[in-house]
Formats: sequence, structure tokens, C-alpha cells
Amino acid sequence: MSSLGMDLASNLTSGLALLLGLAMVLAALVAILVRSTPIAILSAGLVSLFASVLFLILAAPDVAMTEAAIGSGLTTFLFFFVLARVRGGESEASDDD
Amino acid sequence: MVDVPVVTSVAAPVMLLVSLAAILAGVAFLLALWRFLQGPTAADRVVAFDVLTIVSITGILLTALAEGRGIYLDVALIYGLLSFLGVIVVARHLEGGL
Amino acid sequence: MIAALLDLLGALLLLVGSVFMLLGGLGLVRMPDVFNRIQAGTKTTTLGTLLTLSGVGLLQPDWALKLLLIGLFILFTNPLSAQVLARAAHRIGLRKTPLTRVDRLAEDTGEDA
Repeated sequence: MSSLGMDLASNLTSGLALLLGLAMVLAALVAILVRSTPIAILSAGLVSLFASVLFLILAAPDVAMTEAAIGSGLTTFLFFFVLARVRGGESEASDDD
Repeated sequence: MVDVPVVTSVAAPVMLLVSLAAILAGVAFLLALWRFLQGPTAADRVVAFDVLTIVSITGILLTALAEGRGIYLDVALIYGLLSFLGVIVVARHLEGGL
Repeated sequence: MIAALLDLLGALLLLVGSVFMLLGGLGLVRMPDVFNRIQAGTKTTTLGTLLTLSGVGLLQPDWALKLLLIGLFILFTNPLSAQVLARAAHRIGLRKTPLTRVDRLAEDTGEDA
């Protein structure tokens, strides 16, 4: 299909899969070990983005698109929205309404 | 281990250069990942997140090139969009706005 | 012949783009404070991605439209996100390296650097 040959494809795919697996494990460790909540949310989004690339190199572009849009985009924005609402707490809750 | 047949088209030096580019992008990915794990402040980690997603876009492009499938580029486009929005949202949150 | 030459040129562009990516990662590790890291990480990866997109476009000319779209998008959004992030880092008062000579934003807003 491509003019570049199959062995490049298989080598590139396995190398990228190894790198992404390592990065997913490390980003998940950051997500559970770090103290600040925004960085934990960002790390969770990063795990989801790497999972989407992993789906892509397993030849499933539709699943990769869905994972990137829902898992990373929507979940991260929802977390930040809720965090901005919750963080107000006792001091700013009276100012809101 | 099965012996892979040698590609006989013009693509032999091209293939070598593309493999070298993939290896260099992999090293850049590891360096940015080290900064993401290490980063003393939150802004460092956000910069590392940005660089990681951009390098992943390069990885997606190289994968699309190696497999010869143009539909992978759509994923790269969505990836860039989400990386941009993510960085903007985190920066606004760090700033105290949102 | 022309096609082989274009293929070789595209692969060379891919390689140069990856070298810029590598330099960006190196700057991200080596630079002393957040602002230098933002600068090193963003400029190099923007140029590297554009070069990589041009290389893929030379290797596969059928994908030129999508590649152009991705390139324009990255060209517009990547410096913008870096600028927003740098402004946020400046506003929450992150530590600057002692090598800093001038801080125009602090002068403009009247803060002390």
C-alpha cells in the first residue's frame, strides 16, 4: 500500500506502543501521587490522550477519535468546571448569589 | 523470526530517514515526559503536557505515513484542538479565572 | 526521477522537523525557569511540526489539504496557548531565574519584578 514497506510499519508501531505504554503508566502515577488537583486532572487527561494514540496504532481511528474527544476533552473540562464551582467553598459561596 | 523481504523501490534511503526521524521524536517524547514527571511547579507540567501532545501529533503523522492511511490525520487534527483547549483551560484555572 | 527527488526531500524535511522536536525537548529539560521552558518548548515544536507536515505532504501529495489545515491550526493555536500560559505563570508570580535582566510586563503593570 505504502511505498515505505511493512517492516518500517511494524517496527514503528511496536516502538511507539512501548513508549506509549510506559508514558501511560508514569502519567497515571503522577495523577495519583501529585498533591495539586489541577495537575492530577491534567495527568488523567494525558493518560486518556496516550490511550487514544494507542488505539490509533492498533488501527482503530474511530475509537481513537472518540477517546480523544470524550475521555480527554469532555472529562477534563467537566472536572475543571466542577473544580471551579466547588473551590469557592465557604468564603465565596455567599458572593455568588 | 520471519525474514522480512527487502523493499526494492526507491524508498530505501527514505525509509532510513523516516526511521531516524521517528527515533529522534521518541527521544524528544522521553525528555518532555521527564519534565512532566519532574516539574517543580504546575506551569512546568502544563508546558510539558503541551510538548508531549505536539510530539504525539508527529508520532501520529509518522504512523499514518508508515501505514499509508490518510484517515489518521483526522485524529491528529482533533488532538491538536484538544491540546490547545486543555492548555487554555488549565492556564485560566491557574490564573484564578475560568 | 522527480518523484524520487521529492520523496528524498520530504524525508529530509521530516528529519529536520524531528531534530527541532529533539532540541525542544532538550530545552525543556535544561532551561532554568518556567518562562524559558515555555519559550524553548513552544517555538521549536511549532517549527518542527510545520516541517514534519511539509515533509509528509511531499511524501504523500494526496493528503495536502488536511495537512495544510492541521498546519494552519497549529500555527495559530500553539503560540496563543504559550502566551496565555506565560501570562498566567507571570500573574501567579512564579520564580524567575536570577539571570533575568528585564521584565517588561512587570514594568507595564507597575509591579516590582
